[in-house]
Amino acid sequence: MIEANALTKRYGATTAVTELTFTARSGRVTGFLGPNGAGKSTTMRLILGLDSPDAGTALVDGVPYRQLEDPLRTVGAMLDATWRHPGRSGRDHLRWLAATNGLPDKRVDEVLALVGLTSAAGRRAGQYSLGMLQRLGIACTLLGDPRVLLFDEPVNGLDPEGMAWIRQLLHTLAAEGRTVFVSSHLLPEMAQTAQDLVVIGRGRLIYQGTMDDFVAQTSEHGVRVRTPHTDELRAALTGQAEFTEDGGAFVVSGLDSDRIGQLAFDAGATLHELSPITGSLEQAYLDLTRDAVEFAMPAASPSEATR
Amino acid sequence: MITNLLRAERIKLFSTRAPWWCLALAFAAPLGFTALFFALAGPEIPPTVGNTQLASGNGRTVLVVLAILATASEFNWGTMRLTFQAVPGRVPALLAKVVVIGAVGAGLGLLVGFGSWGLATLVNPDADLALHSGAEWRSVLGQSLVFLLAAVAGVGVALLLRSVAFALTAVLVWTQVLEGVVVFIPGAGKHIYQWMPFHAADQFVGAGGFGGGALQLPPAPLGPWGYLGYFAAICVALFVAGVLVTARRDA
Repeated sequence: MIEANALTKRYGATTAVTELTFTARSGRVTGFLGPNGAGKSTTMRLILGLDSPDAGTALVDGVPYRQLEDPLRTVGAMLDATWRHPGRSGRDHLRWLAATNGLPDKRVDEVLALVGLTSAAGRRAGQYSLGMLQRLGIACTLLGDPRVLLFDEPVNGLDPEGMAWIRQLLHTLAAEGRTVFVSSHLLPEMAQTAQDLVVIGRGRLIYQGTMDDFVAQTSEHGVRVRTPHTDELRAALTGQAEFTEDGGAFVVSGLDSDRIGQLAFDAGATLHELSPITGSLEQAYLDLTRDAVEFAMPAASPSEATR
Repeated sequence: MITNLLRAERIKLFSTRAPWWCLALAFAAPLGFTALFFALAGPEIPPTVGNTQLASGNGRTVLVVLAILATASEFNWGTMRLTFQAVPGRVPALLAKVVVIGAVGAGLGLLVGFGSWGLATLVNPDADLALHSGAEWRSVLGQSLVFLLAAVAGVGVALLLRSVAFALTAVLVWTQVLEGVVVFIPGAGKHIYQWMPFHAADQFVGAGGFGGGALQLPPAPLGPWGYLGYFAAICVALFVAGVLVTARRDA
């Protein structure tokens, strides 16, 4: 389990993370979602004791990371797959890391086999493709057979086959009862991977809960209603719900379709259409984080472009 | 636990190519120059045991380069952060690193000290280069201590500057340029020169005589062992400062 309690971190004048509180449970894949620059990597560095928070605490299985004895046996973390010396072989990279926590070379060969790098283990890591580096980084996290795993954008730059492999691995690790905490700025990827969700923007918590609740809560964007009896329906809806009107069509928000149907029936309005509008998950995420994007895109405008 | 960390640092050091090249160069350069001096030089370099160590400074500088590469490159490549993930206390990992690199330096110093002396006796068999006195033993054996301390200083500078380029520039400009030109400051220059750290190291092993006469330096302010203590204090201070900074700041 990972617990963040009111974590705050400032770098000079910019506040990267503000009073961030969340929990990642064991036996679950928890997606850590936010736009670029939202503070995901900072939060992970705080959890791992690489950076010191200005306020708040981060606990891993109830203990601050810096108090862990041989932490690789409790926590495996991949913050950046490119953290390796390009002149050192993949196997030697794992060997020195294993040695720091007293893990045997035998374990190095096991994790190499686990991530499918055995045949490339003797090659210098500078010759690895990005996909191979991701596998090497994941091998590092698995060395100590840890109960808690953190991955920062593990699918970045991977081909579909590599993505599917990582997704499967994360599910397997969580099914074994481990805590899996994985960040991404891409919701569709997370939707297929995570059971729980922590969404942040500008260093603040936006949402914490299950993926299913998130989908249910954010994907309904209103109900579309068409009627020839516009006056009756307008009267019935006024004061009951927010709505917009375009000819004979209404888009109603704040009421579900059952209630709208009942209101229309009571008012004597015949309905030609009554259909919930389900926006895409991606749209919901964009709506949720729109205000929290660090560098907002200016709205595209033809007149701007020609100026 | 410390044995685990020593093993990790040993694997790190010897699993890339640069340290091997540095060691080969740090051994070959001083021996080569020593052989040339004793084969070709005239009366300006008398064949004494102290003068067999005249070229050791070249090897010492290459060793400092090795220490910097092995330490500062870890910041460049991100492996220092991985190390701190594995050893969140940080200080034990940095101690293990300085022990491993210092031990390599001590071994190299022993090879360079005895190698230079042995080669000089081969090149110039007529000269009396036998190790009679304590001072002569200090010249040859003392390189081990000097090289160890130089390696410690290199690790310290790398921890302070955290960049291969910065640290190498700083150290090479210092050893190859600044220490030498200080002498030419009118008036105080010669006195300041006598407090330069690598001049102090040369004084300890008796290899400072090369320029001493020509530069007309005033009498040395410290004896050989005093100079060793002075050099050691500077090297250890650099390392301690590097550790304190690295342990506290965000990785």
